[in-house]
Amino acid sequence: MASRPRFGVVIFPGSNCDHDAFYVLKEVFGQETRFLWHKEASLQESDVVVLPGGFSYGDYLRCGAIARFSPIMGEVVKFAKNGGLVIGICNGFQVLSEAGLLPGVLLKNKSLRFVCDFVHVRVENDRTRFTSRCSKGDVLEIPVAHGDGNFFSDPDTLKRLRDNQQIVLRYCDQDGAVTESANPNGSLDNIAGIVNEGGNVLGLMPHPERCADEVLGHQDGKKIFQSVIESFMND
Amino acid sequence: MFQAKIRVTLRQSILDPQGKAVEHGIAALGFHSVKNVRVGKYIVMEVHAADREEAERVAGEVCRKLLANPVMEDYRVTLEEMGEKKRA
Repeated sequence: MASRPRFGVVIFPGSNCDHDAFYVLKEVFGQETRFLWHKEASLQESDVVVLPGGFSYGDYLRCGAIARFSPIMGEVVKFAKNGGLVIGICNGFQVLSEAGLLPGVLLKNKSLRFVCDFVHVRVENDRTRFTSRCSKGDVLEIPVAHGDGNFFSDPDTLKRLRDNQQIVLRYCDQDGAVTESANPNGSLDNIAGIVNEGGNVLGLMPHPERCADEVLGHQDGKKIFQSVIESFMND
Repeated sequence: MFQAKIRVTLRQSILDPQGKAVEHGIAALGFHSVKNVRVGKYIVMEVHAADREEAERVAGEVCRKLLANPVMEDYRVTLEEMGEKKRA
């Protein structure tokens, strides 16, 4: 039975993209959206949990390393293991990796520079609940803003990601060619976003919530949120 | 009471751009005999435990759970027994 999903946007100390995510979900898409403070023990019946970008705990020790132990993360992990949808954006992706909900790790950018720019990503898997509105090969223009987005995993994990179609987005040039110069941070295989084996947890370094409002001009980020919302309507 | 001195280092297979940058800085100073610089972390903490075995167990668990990410880092713990601090 189709139903409108409820979104929960987690706030950690140091998160700073929570309001952008909330705004897009609530105001642009008109979805029921709540903030979830990191100390809470309940997801308040959210159907989709968003871990937003930012600098949780100042990126101290390692990005996301401390946030992953926030009280709410116990619920997020349980929720994800039961198949609940989770989207980790930028710092959120780092938290998901540290929490073991996604494989691999996000290292410091190869250039050592904080990159804040629009990039292009190619959709590698259009059959996830996060990309059903896209077609394989689509090129999306989405901004990145990170100093530690360099995805890395050991060769066995990379092989598994490939075999299981878990690589969702890869950095590419505007024509969709996956090249080294199109890679803003040196990440392995130009990986910009992945899902877990169950396909219910997405981690991506680019910020779709920063390009989902026609007032701002760029709107490619909308497709990811639309895919999620529609996947509930079609349930 | 034990003092744990912990070294967290990047695994050899991990690219270390920070280490590379530091290496270039060292070369700029004129030391061309210095190669393969890797940058890690050094953490010091007190472990209040009944014996060395418990202190090792606690320090190891803290390292594995938080201080080091096993995907990219190794850790080494050195424990030194300290006298209990006298309370004022």
